[in-house]
Amino acid sequence: MKTKMSAKEYEQYIKSKVPKPNTLKNCIMAFIAGGLICDVGQFVSNVSKSYGYNQEAVSAITATTMVFIGAFLTGLGLYDRIGKYAGAGSIVPITGFANSIVSPAMEFKREGFVFGVGAKMFLIAGPVLVYGISTSIIIGILNYIFAG
Amino acid sequence: MASKRLGKQTIKLAVPPSIISAYTIVGPKEGEGPLAEYFDSILKDDYFGEDSWEKAESKMLREAVKNAIKLSGKNDSDIDYLLAGDLLNQIISSSFAARELQIPFLGLYGACSTMAESLSVGSMLIDGGYADTIVCVTSSHFSSAERQYRFPLEQGVQRPPYAQWTVTGSGASVLSAAGKGPYITYITTGKVIDFGIKDGNNMGAAMAPAAADTISAHLKETGRSPGYYDLIVTGDLATVGREITIDLLKKEGYYIEPVYNDCGIMIFDGKKQDTHSGGSGCGCSASVLNGYLYKEMQKGNLNKILFIATGALLSPISAWQGESIPSIAHAIAIERTIQGVS
Amino acid sequence: MDYAKAFITGGIICVIGQILMDQTKLTPARVLVLFVTLGAVLQGMGIYQKIVDFGGAGATVPLPGFGYALAKGAMKDVKEAGLLGAFTGGIKATAGGISGAVFFGYIMALLFNPKTKK
Repeated sequence: MKTKMSAKEYEQYIKSKVPKPNTLKNCIMAFIAGGLICDVGQFVSNVSKSYGYNQEAVSAITATTMVFIGAFLTGLGLYDRIGKYAGAGSIVPITGFANSIVSPAMEFKREGFVFGVGAKMFLIAGPVLVYGISTSIIIGILNYIFAG
Repeated sequence: MASKRLGKQTIKLAVPPSIISAYTIVGPKEGEGPLAEYFDSILKDDYFGEDSWEKAESKMLREAVKNAIKLSGKNDSDIDYLLAGDLLNQIISSSFAARELQIPFLGLYGACSTMAESLSVGSMLIDGGYADTIVCVTSSHFSSAERQYRFPLEQGVQRPPYAQWTVTGSGASVLSAAGKGPYITYITTGKVIDFGIKDGNNMGAAMAPAAADTISAHLKETGRSPGYYDLIVTGDLATVGREITIDLLKKEGYYIEPVYNDCGIMIFDGKKQDTHSGGSGCGCSASVLNGYLYKEMQKGNLNKILFIATGALLSPISAWQGESIPSIAHAIAIERTIQGVS
Repeated sequence: MDYAKAFITGGIICVIGQILMDQTKLTPARVLVLFVTLGAVLQGMGIYQKIVDFGGAGATVPLPGFGYALAKGAMKDVKEAGLLGAFTGGIKATAGGISGAVFFGYIMALLFNPKTKK
């Protein structure tokens, strides 16, 4: 072939050929799904508050319940179907975090319960924990130095 | 130059081998697609009675081989070589099937170009006088490919609109020195081409330059025009890759659009089946070739085709390391009757 | 009213995630990592608390809320226990979610098998 294109030229040309995601529609779906999931969380939070739990306990109950819902829907094989339409609306809430743990755990069961389920469940959750926890520690240390 | 070589990439087979039988097995989704009637066997459950996707894929490949041999009227002991490859790391679908088949085995890796690669090597072995009968086979499985290259099945992610859907399927051809066609007449072996695409979802764009390169080499070295063929068919470029291939070949002075299609587009109904750009995987070109194309050639609806299987030669490791996707395409000319072959 | 606020806040955070996924090359996993880190940093600067005060679960349920809880816990324990608190506070505040995810993840893997996509 005589035609030669640099990676940049080709990428530029490809852009005109590749169908774009319908971001507006995707955003509307994400907004609705994300909003609904958060409302479920609000409901759990309100109910546990009405039972007289303190703020910390309410947060823990809400997080744990939402994680359970995400995990259970993943187990039933429904979460990926929701995700197809909801996109970030079901990825960004903590239910999506649960989905990112349960889906590889299920998927790699055949590779054994230690290196399959045990190791692979942190495929995505691992990095989230690493960066989340590390950032919080740095913030704690900075807080100790400057505000302490 | 060697006497059977026409140019840098193309050879002409002196005694063209025949494809004497072909067999296809596909998954349930492919069985709902527009080519359903052409497949020999459609699975109801893509676990295929096994407890892992990998085992299911290997079983599909094994069954395709066994049934293709059965259809050819030969016995396993008549087969001189098994030429096979697939997408899984270290081509386990093929080698695990070969463990049971006990046919002398050459494992090939050309990613999704493997069907054309195996037929190329098989034809040369036969024409060279090293074999009488050879089985060529390849397979892919949506669920085993997805977990190796992308995400766990139950993860709730969106596929971009240009993504492709890995075909669950296997296709096997039996090649023989003695047969009444369809014949493999010319082989154009591809070079690895890389235009710098890094997005693993955009396989069509990564592979299209390789397809265009091989098609243009084939036409140049054989002196044929695109119109010589009833159908020029690429393996799994899908909608995006097809358009790019047409464009790139136009720049080379070849207008292939009227006779050009792609297996990835043919195998699914993109709108109804939500497969976005189209099908992909070794099983895509293998099942379309050994199902639809082979049967249409036998019926006489197609006489001369140029089959170009396309492969993206990335690995999960190379993708994580940010490498672009090198691609390859191999072409074979298949003709119902031989003309001008000495 | 708190439901409407939660809906809007959660919805907007998810829309930001969607735009990042559609318009940039960020994969879902990278968006999650980015959001957790962002939530923690914003809380470190004292901003995320204001979003939580307005949006309630709409701000705590999305992943930046997880980062917020980690950072808030770390800062709180620093106040009470000194430097050690930076290391203990984050996990303490989010223990329910993390332990729950690990435990439920394991149970679900025991109970269910992945199904192929249609």
